Amino acid sequence: MTWRRTLATARRVLEQLRHDPRTIGLIIVVPTALMALLAWILTDADFHKYGPPLLGIFPMLVMFLVTSVATLRERTSGTLERLLSMPMGKGDFVFGYAVAFSILAVIQALVVAGVSFLLLGLEVRGSAWLVVLVAVVDGLTGTALGLFVSAFARTEFQAVQFMPVALIPQLLLCGLIVPTDELPRVLEWISWLLPLTYAFDAMQHVAMNPTPDTRFWIDLGVVAAMAVALLAAGAATLRRRTP
Amino acid sequence: MASGGTTPGVAAVSVAGLTVVRGTVTAIDAISFDVPQGEVTGLLGPSGCGKSTLMRAIVGVQIVASGDVTVLGAPAGSPGLRSRVGYVTQAPSIYVDLTVRGNLRYFATILGAPDDAVEQVLDDVDLRGEADRLVGQLSGGQRSRVSLASALLGSPDLLVLDEPTVGLDPVLRRDLWALFHRLADAGTTLLVSSHVMDEASRCDRLLLMRDGHLLADGTPAELLARTGSSDIESAFLSLVEGGAA
Repeated sequence: MTWRRTLATARRVLEQLRHDPRTIGLIIVVPTALMALLAWILTDADFHKYGPPLLGIFPMLVMFLVTSVATLRERTSGTLERLLSMPMGKGDFVFGYAVAFSILAVIQALVVAGVSFLLLGLEVRGSAWLVVLVAVVDGLTGTALGLFVSAFARTEFQAVQFMPVALIPQLLLCGLIVPTDELPRVLEWISWLLPLTYAFDAMQHVAMNPTPDTRFWIDLGVVAAMAVALLAAGAATLRRRTP
Repeated sequence: MASGGTTPGVAAVSVAGLTVVRGTVTAIDAISFDVPQGEVTGLLGPSGCGKSTLMRAIVGVQIVASGDVTVLGAPAGSPGLRSRVGYVTQAPSIYVDLTVRGNLRYFATILGAPDDAVEQVLDDVDLRGEADRLVGQLSGGQRSRVSLASALLGSPDLLVLDEPTVGLDPVLRRDLWALFHRLADAGTTLLVSSHVMDEASRCDRLLLMRDGHLLADGTPAELLARTGSSDIESAFLSLVEGGAA
């Protein structure tokens, strides 16, 4: 793995996106529109409660879909095979995508959070910047999950179908619907293996507390570590030789 | 199948007892041959005979059942070969949402090719006029030339080209074959597949394949003399019918 090849890959992915403004629009507009819908259907109190966690979850969903389809296209078009027959590290490929989509995740989080706080009247006790930070890490986790899961899909149809498999159970177990300590014991243990649980906990912490404590930073660190582990696992699924 | 003649110089590719199984089908059945250095070797045979699978095995992207493939002195697919072997798949493997130059620049960086390589290969495949157009807006023939140009970037010692001239107009086809011979004269070894038998005359050496087997291996003149045929298509037929009898 080299910085030159990783960054060239990131640049190439961003250049591809630049030629596809509609996709960039969707990545940024969809989570923003979903937040607006949420603000509309919930009372102010409920919006302040559910808004911040969902502000982290929507980017994760969007980035998961974009990444899993993008990497699947590399497999089906033969470009991945070409790259792997060249002096390209598996890590160059995976982390190149991660760098490109992180940049996109930052823009996405700034717009979604900006609109939510300034136009939709979202309020948190902690810093709005920490909300943006958690949203970016969530977006990156979605990218990492998408990269990993796309290894198990043969077609775009299958890749899209992996979203309910990879994300809905996390959504049900993260604490949003039932607090994790009220879940059946086994499910509570499982919930602590899933990145969204930590992301939710971190976001809820910013919503409720004026200053972040150690638990917030541990939560955020765990999510980031899981994202990196998923990226490494995604790199390990790449095969230079195929049947 | 024994080699028809002597191999001049050192072999760039040496295949010994190669068998490849894809699913339940034996795509390549115990094939052995050598590809001499600095020549254009044609791999001819009908669609589905195993040409692409054989090429994938030489590039080192194919899982093989048994046998040895040695490329430029190292086992096929060795890390050291990744910058020395250029591979062009039948379907162009390039990014349709990048410009021609965008594709070439990216692959040049991955290969560690010098900065002027991009401009050089644009001239080689006659695409300078389209350099700033998106690949998605190009014709099929233009796309396959972008794919070919990407493989030329690092000045590889071995070029493996899977049907590079399909669907091209005759003028362009002639120009590309001229390019292949210029590269061979400069020392590059080329293995070029085709299902069109009339491309045989453009090759220094031929490998004829059918149903995962090698029918013949030699220069076009040798094959014609051996089968008493006037063209490669008849030579192919006589080899198939001779083998069945």
